[in-house]
Amino acid sequence: MDLLRFFTAGNVDDGKSTLIGRLLYDSHSISTDIIETLTRQSKTRGENTTIDLALLTDGLRAEREQGITIDVAYKYFSTDKRKFIIADTPGHAQYTRNMFTGASTAQLAIILVDARNGITDQTKRHSIISATLGIPRVLLCINKMDLVAYSEERFNEIVSEYNVFSQLIGLNQVDFIPASALAGDNVVHRSERLDWFKGLPLLEYLETVETDQREQLEAARFQVQYVIRPQTENLHDYRGYAGSILSGEFHTGDEVQILPSGLTTRISRIESNLKDVPSAGKNQPIVMHLEDDLDVSRGNTIVPKNAAPVTERSLEATICWMDHAAFNSTQKFLLQQNSFRTKAVIKAVHSKIDIHSFRDLESDGSLNLNELAKVSIKTAEAVSFDPFRDLPKSGAFILINENTNQTVAAGVI
Amino acid sequence: MKDYLDELEAEAIYILREVAGQFDRPALLFSGGKDSICLVHLALKAFRPGKFPFPLVHVDTGHNFREALDFRDSLAAELGEQLIVRNVVDTIAKNKLQDAKGKFPSRNALQTHTLLDVIEEFEFDACIGGARRDEEKARAKERVFSVRDEFGQWDPKLQRPELWSIYNGKIEKGENVRVFPISNWTELDVWNYIKRENIQLPQIYFTHERECVITEHGQLMANNEFLNLDETDRIVTKKVRYRTVGDMTCTAAVESEAFTVDDIIAEISDAKISERGATRMDDRISEAAMEDRKKGGYF
Repeated sequence: MDLLRFFTAGNVDDGKSTLIGRLLYDSHSISTDIIETLTRQSKTRGENTTIDLALLTDGLRAEREQGITIDVAYKYFSTDKRKFIIADTPGHAQYTRNMFTGASTAQLAIILVDARNGITDQTKRHSIISATLGIPRVLLCINKMDLVAYSEERFNEIVSEYNVFSQLIGLNQVDFIPASALAGDNVVHRSERLDWFKGLPLLEYLETVETDQREQLEAARFQVQYVIRPQTENLHDYRGYAGSILSGEFHTGDEVQILPSGLTTRISRIESNLKDVPSAGKNQPIVMHLEDDLDVSRGNTIVPKNAAPVTERSLEATICWMDHAAFNSTQKFLLQQNSFRTKAVIKAVHSKIDIHSFRDLESDGSLNLNELAKVSIKTAEAVSFDPFRDLPKSGAFILINENTNQTVAAGVI
Repeated sequence: MKDYLDELEAEAIYILREVAGQFDRPALLFSGGKDSICLVHLALKAFRPGKFPFPLVHVDTGHNFREALDFRDSLAAELGEQLIVRNVVDTIAKNKLQDAKGKFPSRNALQTHTLLDVIEEFEFDACIGGARRDEEKARAKERVFSVRDEFGQWDPKLQRPELWSIYNGKIEKGENVRVFPISNWTELDVWNYIKRENIQLPQIYFTHERECVITEHGQLMANNEFLNLDETDRIVTKKVRYRTVGDMTCTAAVESEAFTVDDIIAEISDAKISERGATRMDDRISEAAMEDRKKGGYF
């Protein structure tokens, strides 16, 4: 069985939490004790007829009080066909950074719109975030169809408007489903009231959708997380580099280069699952051994000798500013790319991206919470990376404020 | 097609190695329960043939099941890893705290004091735990690297953004990070993994006959010396097992015929009641019970 990670985004009242609640409820993924608790809570809130499905995902006291989602909630369910991890992300502009957190690991975005309101500024913002993060596939779920009399015409209107916009921002692949989460139309069960719609209801769509791996890169990439050196009598010379393969395949005997030093050697041994193996591939945790005793430490990248990535101290990147305090040019950062860390500064803020229209806005050098911008970064040590569009695991980084330790920006190269 | 257990395993090993790479004094909180036993198994895969770069730490409430404690001791000895045990009774005496009271006296809140003390004693900067996001809705909100202030408090409104597989464990002295490598696993995933990897567990996870007290909510509590029973309580002998192994005073058994891991997987797949709902008395108190405990420094 495989695993699909998706995130959901929508306006405050688009019924996002209700949709997830419906998905879990109608697919029998909710236990009876939780339904009992919800029934009790729904009653105390005065909605005494039906269960308030939104209460399933809004897990914090403040969220329940305000009826909004503040931070990502992760939900898990599975059917006979697939296992799912949902990141339910907040829609409010002020919580955009939390949406980035939930969206960064997703293979699919479900963006909700209210059929009455159509495409709004929020819809565009959520779509632009999906495009920036290179989400392989986007589903626009047009909800509350019950409130527009299940109108096919209204659905088509929204579809054509969104198609224009999604092309402008360069979304990879977009699908559409009309639904009513509250009434249960087209979520788990096909709806007779939407009989004009020939596509799959949401759950079947999720069970079958292919999110083709955009990761084009075939060259092998490995980053060292930790050096295993038992230093015991019988393992005196053991020195293994533990880490995860980011892309491609490594074989014993391969000629490799250590970055950023540029030193070359050969792979003498690969361990996976505590056994020696002749080769190992993408996403496998391994321990790699090298023929020569070189200076290799945490954060170093190991690549084939003849297929090295860019290794530079100057980076051009698109970043999202995530700190409440605005950027100022005296700030010093740590740039972290997986396990690699180096000191960094932002040399220039070139342009900001208007998150509603996707236009480049002229920069005044400032960066405020939740803003997207194109920047130049200078690092103390050279960063080895592949462009984000070729290998997201390599072309993504965060900036940590050296003074506060906070994660203040997320970037893609 | 790749199996999802491989993906979850790779993610957990990656997180454990990040802890080893980023922190000076990490610890793995180990209770002898199935989730922390899985963590130990994952740590073997992450660090062998080296030693674990952290000790195993157990906060013993004094209300633990003997079977879980014996299992804890024998596993640590078998692996040759360091085990640090600190007792809640000692904290109660030292800090002059009020012990738990009532028919089912739960030291659940008190163990936070011992946890914070042991963190201070050894200056742990990261504590790895086996909590999962599917357990409870406040947990569903927590990051994999959850930064706590010097009082161990979780601030759910000020969590660090956590993107891709990039974990920011930078902290000031005195602060610590709680790390949850199996955040994305469900109860069923844990059992499927236990089956696939043939991981050994304490016997109380499997069906056995036990004297139980029936609570007012119909839950079955093991009859034990820590309960303050009276003549109205009815003792029955049932065939039970534990879905989660916590304190004898606040963890209920479930009636079960499950002898094997396969039986348990079948049982959970059909179960209509959640793991915590079936077994925990402490979460019934309020809908924000877990959020409040975490804000106070709890795991």
